[in-house]
Amino acid sequence: MNVYALFAQLLELVIALLLAPLLTGWVNQCRAWLQNRSAPPLLQTYYTLSKLFHKDVLIAHNASSLFRAAPYIIFACMALASAIVPTLSTELIFAPAADAIALVGLFALARVFIALAGMDVGTSFGSMGSRREMLVGFLAEPALLMVFFTASLISQSTSLSTIVDTLAHSEFAIYPSLAFAGVAFTMVSLAENARVPIDNPTTHLELTMIHEAMILEYSGRHLALIEWASSLKLFAYSCLGLALFFPFGIPATAEPAALSFALAILVVKLAMGGAALALIETLNAKLRIFRAPEFLGTAFLLAVLAMLVHLLLEAGP
Amino acid sequence: MSTALLHTVPLSGQVINLCAALMLLLGFAMLAQRRVLSLINLFMLQGVVLFASTLIVALTTKQSHLLYSAGLTLVLKVFALPYILHRLIRKLSVKWDVETLLNIPTTMLVGIGLVVIAFNVAQPISQLSGTITRATIGIALACVLLSFLMMITRSKAVPQVIAFLAMENALFFAATSATYGMPMVVELGIALDVMVGMVILGVFFFHIRQQFDSLDIRHMERSKDA
Repeated sequence: MNVYALFAQLLELVIALLLAPLLTGWVNQCRAWLQNRSAPPLLQTYYTLSKLFHKDVLIAHNASSLFRAAPYIIFACMALASAIVPTLSTELIFAPAADAIALVGLFALARVFIALAGMDVGTSFGSMGSRREMLVGFLAEPALLMVFFTASLISQSTSLSTIVDTLAHSEFAIYPSLAFAGVAFTMVSLAENARVPIDNPTTHLELTMIHEAMILEYSGRHLALIEWASSLKLFAYSCLGLALFFPFGIPATAEPAALSFALAILVVKLAMGGAALALIETLNAKLRIFRAPEFLGTAFLLAVLAMLVHLLLEAGP
Repeated sequence: MSTALLHTVPLSGQVINLCAALMLLLGFAMLAQRRVLSLINLFMLQGVVLFASTLIVALTTKQSHLLYSAGLTLVLKVFALPYILHRLIRKLSVKWDVETLLNIPTTMLVGIGLVVIAFNVAQPISQLSGTITRATIGIALACVLLSFLMMITRSKAVPQVIAFLAMENALFFAATSATYGMPMVVELGIALDVMVGMVILGVFFFHIRQQFDSLDIRHMERSKDA
């Protein structure tokens, strides 16, 4: 086994764990600037996390062991997901372990547990949030899978490393299908990360919240883990989008020089991606919950179109 | 390998493919759009894409008459028709939400079905054609069918006319991609027809509204019985 590959894998995991709260903080800061509010400090997410880790955990009397286990499972899922996504190098030791479809499965596993935990205590808000989350999830998942299938058709593999490798290092070509898939992926990631057109990450207004409603009963280190996991999810989705649609700068080797160069490019790309996310969130109003199927239906449609366009235009007769 | 095949297509062909994909995307965007104002803007964008693709085909194949038709597209479909439409809806003061007969997700699903049909129907045609743009015939056909669908599912007059114009765009695109455009006389004739049609329909709008106090064409069906 290549020592460098192991090193790249570990570095990627550590970078994901450390940078994810920073990305969330950066998005919040950009959002505040765009909305003419005074911005919270860039490191605010870290302060919140450390504060929550030092607080005591309060658990409802009728909470089961699932409620206590769920934060750890969710956190582990998200950490694994961000380790699978090739961000710094395509030569990773975890790469053969899980492909794009398994990644969707990982996100689904985390979703099931957070939804079950939301229902566990039996408050009305929790179960309402869980039901809404499952509504969004079951619509977003097929669209996400279709996006991955399009990328897989282009590179003839479902392995994320191979996909990114093919897209980043083959001869320059315009893929119209990837443009469709990119728009679909953006819509799905907005919905999956509880962002504005579907959910508002900062709201605690009972009629509109989805993600916040599910985690209302959590406190202390459990809440910290869940918040960290949501940051990791946003990080994983951003890296995935960047790797699939702006793959330049991801090296195929795991040499230290290449890795440090890739890290610099990644930070720049993430900063731009975060600013774009803040812009999208500022320009759009939150949709009614019953408009969410339409939004995600459009994402699914675009992803299917991407596949059809690929078969017609790019695969040849 | 699909990637290997793609790289045999020259860059201009790839850009035309991108334009074709954008045409399809705009077709779906128009199908999903609820507001008349955005509908006109989307129509204008479609004109821009059409102009770009015609220009690229003209430059790569060195067909001078395609240059003229590209210019015609720019003047007519990017500037003149959207301007007329904007003026029309301002005069009629109809910036309302479009009332669709089917709900939008259903329309989109039907649209996907149409795209699959169009792609399958176009497959043998594009194998016969020898142009660099032959792969886009399927997309052009899909755009035509989508415009038809839009004409069927809209109940108001203005969106129906925009759908009609979008269909003409798609036909023009099909002609360019299948045979490098029709003879100049035919193209000029069609352009003039669209222009005249637009003027006549504009007059019709006012008459429909005067008669029924609304632009909903369902009133016209009822007037036959009365």
